[in-house]
Amino acid sequence: MKVLYFASLRQKIGKQEENVTPPDNVRDVAGLIDWLTTRGPEYAAAFENKKVVRAAIDQEHAKLDAALGRPHEVAFFPPVTGG
Amino acid sequence: MNRVQTEDFDVSAEIKNLVKQRSDIGAVVTFSGLVRDVTLTLEHYAGMTERELTKIEAEANARWDLQAVTIIHRVGTLAPADNIVLVITAAAHRKDAFEAAEFLMDYLKTRAPLWKREGDTWVEAKSSDDDAAERWK
Repeated sequence: MKVLYFASLRQKIGKQEENVTPPDNVRDVAGLIDWLTTRGPEYAAAFENKKVVRAAIDQEHAKLDAALGRPHEVAFFPPVTGG
Repeated sequence: MNRVQTEDFDVSAEIKNLVKQRSDIGAVVTFSGLVRDVTLTLEHYAGMTERELTKIEAEANARWDLQAVTIIHRVGTLAPADNIVLVITAAAHRKDAFEAAEFLMDYLKTRAPLWKREGDTWVEAKSSDDDAAERWK
């Protein structure tokens, strides 16, 4: 699946997007975060405070306990500040 | 109708565009958000932003009797006094237009995936914006 990062998360992780293949036991958004966190200190830093991490599955807002299913893309970002 | 763009927008041209060739509109409410004091850079999630704006617009149409809605959000680097966001609501009567415009801004601020950066610092989300959106539930 494609994973996208925006704003402060993009800066901390150092990339805008990547293709990843998480193991089968990664079933929800929180599980994906936990798995990504094992990939390096930059991920651990970006996801340090899950309270300020927001997610979207296939461009729809998703809560941390939302089931992943088989998404085309999952995005992570801080709370939005447009307007 | 919604758009995300780097270019500026012309408020009066957008109003004219919304009401042209119609005689069922009795009230137009316009909200423009401007950059205050600082230079801002806006980043967004292309694709999802447009989808969210379309959903927010549909939600407003379901709640109020509206004839037309325009939402425009700018991205990129913006200087003090530049336009950032435009919401126009057109209705037969003013109450629908006023309330829907406020709702659209409150929902946009908490749902549309856009982020502001001031220099090297990302602007933090305000809990007052969450509270403002919450009251429409």
